[in-house]
Amino acid sequence: MEKWLPFEKPLVELEKKISDLKSFTKRGDVDFSDEIRRLERKAQKMQKSIYSKLSRWQRVELARHPLRPYTLDYIERMTDSFVELHGDRRFADDKAIVGGIAKIDNRSVVIVGQQKGRNTKEKLYRNFGMSNPEGYRKALRLFRLAEKFSLPVICLVDTPGAYPGIGAEERGQAEAIAYNLLTLVGLKTPIIINIIGEGASGGALGIGIGDRVLMMENAWYSVISPEGCSAILWKTRERKMEAAEVLKLTAKDLIKIKVIDEIVEEPLGGAHRDYDEAAHLLKKTIVQHLSEIENIERDELVLHRQKRFAGMGEFFIK
Amino acid sequence: MSWFKKPKFGGILTNAKKTDMPDNIWSKCDNCGEILYRTELDRNLSVCSHCGFHFRIGHGKYIKILLDENSFVEKYMTIRSSDPLDFPDYRKKLRKGEERAGIPEAIVVGTGKIGGIDIAAGFSDFGFMAGSMGSAFGEKLYRIIMDAVELKVPMLIVSASGGGARMQEGILSLMQMAKTSAALDQLNKAGLPFISILTHPTMGGVMASFSSLGDIIIAEPGALLGFAGPRVIQETIGEDLPDGFQRSEFQLNHGMADMVIPRKELRPTVTLILQGLLNRYGEVPETTEKSE
Repeated sequence: MEKWLPFEKPLVELEKKISDLKSFTKRGDVDFSDEIRRLERKAQKMQKSIYSKLSRWQRVELARHPLRPYTLDYIERMTDSFVELHGDRRFADDKAIVGGIAKIDNRSVVIVGQQKGRNTKEKLYRNFGMSNPEGYRKALRLFRLAEKFSLPVICLVDTPGAYPGIGAEERGQAEAIAYNLLTLVGLKTPIIINIIGEGASGGALGIGIGDRVLMMENAWYSVISPEGCSAILWKTRERKMEAAEVLKLTAKDLIKIKVIDEIVEEPLGGAHRDYDEAAHLLKKTIVQHLSEIENIERDELVLHRQKRFAGMGEFFIK
Repeated sequence: MSWFKKPKFGGILTNAKKTDMPDNIWSKCDNCGEILYRTELDRNLSVCSHCGFHFRIGHGKYIKILLDENSFVEKYMTIRSSDPLDFPDYRKKLRKGEERAGIPEAIVVGTGKIGGIDIAAGFSDFGFMAGSMGSAFGEKLYRIIMDAVELKVPMLIVSASGGGARMQEGILSLMQMAKTSAALDQLNKAGLPFISILTHPTMGGVMASFSSLGDIIIAEPGALLGFAGPRVIQETIGEDLPDGFQRSEFQLNHGMADMVIPRKELRPTVTLILQGLLNRYGEVPETTEKSE
């Protein structure tokens, strides 16, 4: 499978060349130092020109990058310990949503996140990050657990949508999401939401209401996927690039209308270029926001949260 | 009684076809094909007298069928959709919706009485952009639910929102799901009832927010209700969907609705439920046999 996106390929190839030359030079066969310096300058320029003007669709591509870090990659790097908990206590354990108790920067938290798979086997196991109702109910159970012990909740959102299947409908996908919304707006504990990859519609919002909503630089978040929007508007899924523009679904778009509070910077080229750095930047931002809200009295916190969402929308009075 | 006959639906999209009342003398039932005299169909609350099929009706008829005569006072009519994303054709669609449904937004809200009990209510209307929820819809609904809290009265919502969260306002439409849930949290904390009536069709972001959060959920017969659209599911799983999939009766069988009742039973049933929940005694209105 092609791992690199078309627009990042020339850069990756150049970087490969540089590293090859470096290893030749190191072995002492020939000295390529000048050539290396020249290529490094070229790479830097190329990097700047590619990443300073990414289109909205290119951000969507980065958010779906086959090498992009997923929830468990972040949990592993951000936390000092993590005990994963399973099951919704009603029907099943949904592998598309993971959650558990973690230690982060000297405090206990409950982390819940959507999990995608890396290879075909894993993808199937994780159902491509599309959860069934039991995933939302597992999340719900963990939200209640966090509330009981007054632990902050950290959600990592990364889903192409809630799973559209027969079983999902039979077991009340809509009810599961709706009930999570109702629970999250009133949950008496701090909640920090992080859109780390794909934030597709109700499937994302089902674990997406909190006191702070953070979004990674190359994530997307909207009411519908670009493909879905294109299909409705133009009867083809192919005009996804235009649809991405129309939907204004990037972090930069969403911070302007205050749907998100902060854009979490990613390593140059995207989170997949440096997992450790990406996790470090995400952790830093989460911890900063946590420390700002964790001591607020719980009723006041809920009041603020409700006011925030009550204020969302654009309309006019005629 | 033909009312109680279980409608037989052929394909999954049988009554997703245009079921608005045509302006002529005869109407053909979308379900059984029976030719119906239009004035009689009208009197029958737009229910086929032959097979019990429920034609889609707008907010005005629901107000008449459900609420006590002349008790409805509409509120927040001045709240209108803007076009925050400058979305292709959105303004045109809003105008068309207004022409078609005769209202400036996909939901009508206000206060009224049902069986003599004061309530606050919202009626979404499929005729306006498939009853989809954008910012103006969300704001109107938020305000009327908060009014219910303020007035200490029950909330009643009739959903007819096949369009779910309105695509044309992007993320802001999605946020309305959170916003209306926040209002319902207040209603819950005030100990007030919320009765959600689901009509054909209610899907997506509307079904995945306030519509599913009723203390009591009542569905009209044969309504398509669910999260994902049947076509999307079919494309995803690559197989045919079972008969009656996502219909009201399916939802009842899967525990997602309290009851499936015909249109004419709505008023007395809601009254009985409210009297029950509020521990009140009073007269129960008759079934709505005819629309005036």
